[in-house]
Amino acid sequence: MSEPAAVRTGEFLPRLQLSPDHDLCPGCGEPLVLRLLLELIDELGLAERAIGVVGIGCYTALAPLIDLDVIQALHGRAPSLATGAKRMRPEALLFTLQGDGDMVNEGLQEVIHTAARGESVTCVLLNNGVFGETGGHMTATTVLGQRTKNTLEGRDAARHGHPIRLCELVAPLGGAAYVARGSVHDAAAVSRTRRMLRRAFETQLAGGGFSLVEVLTMCPTGWFVPTKEGPGYLDRVLGEVHAVGELKRDGKLLAR
Amino acid sequence: MSAAARATRGTVAIATERCKGCELCIPACPPRVLAMSDARNARGARYPELAPGCTGCGACLLVCPDFCFEVYRYPGGA
Amino acid sequence: MRRLALGSEAIAEAAIAAGCRFFAGYPMTPFTELLESFAAKLPAVGGACINAESELEAIGMAWGAAATGARAATGSTGQGLALMQESLPELVRAELPLVVFNLARGQGDYFQATRGGGHGDYRIPVLAPIDVTEAVTLTQLAFHLADLWRNPVLVLGDYLLAHTAEAVEVRALELGALPAKSWAADGSGGGRRRPRHVSSLGTTPGAKGIDPERAWRALAAKHERMAASEARFEEESTEDAELLVVAFGSLARFARHAVRELRREGVRVGFFRPITLWPFPSAALAAAAARVRRVAVLEQNAGQMIDDVRLAVLGAAPVAGIGGISTDPSGFGIGSLLDPEQVRGRIAGALA
Repeated sequence: MSEPAAVRTGEFLPRLQLSPDHDLCPGCGEPLVLRLLLELIDELGLAERAIGVVGIGCYTALAPLIDLDVIQALHGRAPSLATGAKRMRPEALLFTLQGDGDMVNEGLQEVIHTAARGESVTCVLLNNGVFGETGGHMTATTVLGQRTKNTLEGRDAARHGHPIRLCELVAPLGGAAYVARGSVHDAAAVSRTRRMLRRAFETQLAGGGFSLVEVLTMCPTGWFVPTKEGPGYLDRVLGEVHAVGELKRDGKLLAR
Repeated sequence: MSAAARATRGTVAIATERCKGCELCIPACPPRVLAMSDARNARGARYPELAPGCTGCGACLLVCPDFCFEVYRYPGGA
Repeated sequence: MRRLALGSEAIAEAAIAAGCRFFAGYPMTPFTELLESFAAKLPAVGGACINAESELEAIGMAWGAAATGARAATGSTGQGLALMQESLPELVRAELPLVVFNLARGQGDYFQATRGGGHGDYRIPVLAPIDVTEAVTLTQLAFHLADLWRNPVLVLGDYLLAHTAEAVEVRALELGALPAKSWAADGSGGGRRRPRHVSSLGTTPGAKGIDPERAWRALAAKHERMAASEARFEEESTEDAELLVVAFGSLARFARHAVRELRREGVRVGFFRPITLWPFPSAALAAAAARVRRVAVLEQNAGQMIDDVRLAVLGAAPVAGIGGISTDPSGFGIGSLLDPEQVRGRIAGALA
């Protein structure tokens, strides 16, 4: 029996990715989000109408792989840069790509005000509960009990305070139109996250206001777990506190 | 023909040299047709190898951080 | 047509005449009226003015706007400029044009403006207008230089400049052709394997790794070329002067007035005013000071520009500071030194 001709349904790289080559850790969840973003922008036909504003973290190394116009921001500052860029190029799709250390520590003020003002940009939060690039330290989103480089016995509320759940903080703001939290710990989660990102972009394109998609990503290095335990840890430990789902759509808070 | 071979509806090309051995694809594959090799690539990592029974669902492609998968479907099945 | 305009208004109009279409700022005395002026005038020309949540975000927004190729500006007073210090050298390293206004409280921000409080090696041209008329010209020059060199440019004014009304005419100046901003990340560059990445990190699209040493050396070389070609100054009656008075900004107006008065009385005093505080017009100052008996630096601070004056004069003549700290009870910089009699007295005292 001869081999039937196979149809390629998935390519190694999205068309808008210049190279697969990066030095992020084995099992890192961040490149999965890059793939989703680049595939979506291509599908929406926006390659020549998109600007990415990248923060500072491990994912910064992914910026050179992006076949889109990109503005590199300082730690925490992507939302303000995206604001200025969008005001000058309102027809462009503006998205930020930031980690939790970047967006929720250094840049908490920026994302909150950008959302409150209702700037038509999409902020994408890669949340792995650690400052990955500096070696795995506690951030504002680190969950209680989570071991990090500077909370080696586990985050303790009395000594280290409580985590901030960013989507819950941003969703009530009037200017926030779409707020959702996804994850990439398995293929189904990746697919659901893709839908969230698409809805966020559609919100922006319709002139609907600010959108935020937080994505829980694996960081086995920062979590001190073997690589293949990353997805399970994400789901059980981070997902327990930072609950996955849509929080706001079309400017209305959703029951959860 | 084995049951698995009869169920084969797709296949993947794997960029084994790029693999970092994270093994996320192994449990992500619904029919469980990926298994890590004994051999190691130039990085020193073991990499996934495909057994019969692939459905071409693309789950491996979705979860691979290193863009190691290309996915194919056989139209009309095997 | 000349009309009476407040310095802040005239500066905003000059910026808009130069094509500025974005401004972001945070209110702070004596800069606030500049923000108000931009807020009032930009929408009418299709521009945007945003009240940022802090000075950090103000410069961030202006950065994003500038990165798309628009002419953008931000500003504050000294304390707000302090918050912008991380971004300024990163803008330099990203080779982005941006005009930044410091409407300072007095003249104590000279070091901040010329040395900067940011990280690493970097230079930012500083233009210091003497009055509203010159501010209209220098504001437009700032946008031109920023685009020409792909570097931020700082315009250093003060309370007096911001809040004094003068008869000015704001006309767009023709300052020369500039190359197109093909480097700008305006969104149109994707999908063809050669996107525009605006970054201070020295990365290249499609390539791994960076070479900061090469990038920073190239930047330093660019700054040397800027230093060699962009120094500007004003001098009066220096050829046969025995005393050379050096001053900048609003206070220089008082110094120049006093020098002219003393000259009319036969006193051999000369006047030198750096217009660019960086690049400091060292060669011109050295030439002006070559045959004087004394150099007197009049500045409204504890002694900042005097360092650059000493470096330029290089021992050819003794250099003395005849200014000093002088401010009003509000701390906004309208000190008793800003007085023609006071200034004349300080200069006359230096002649002895």
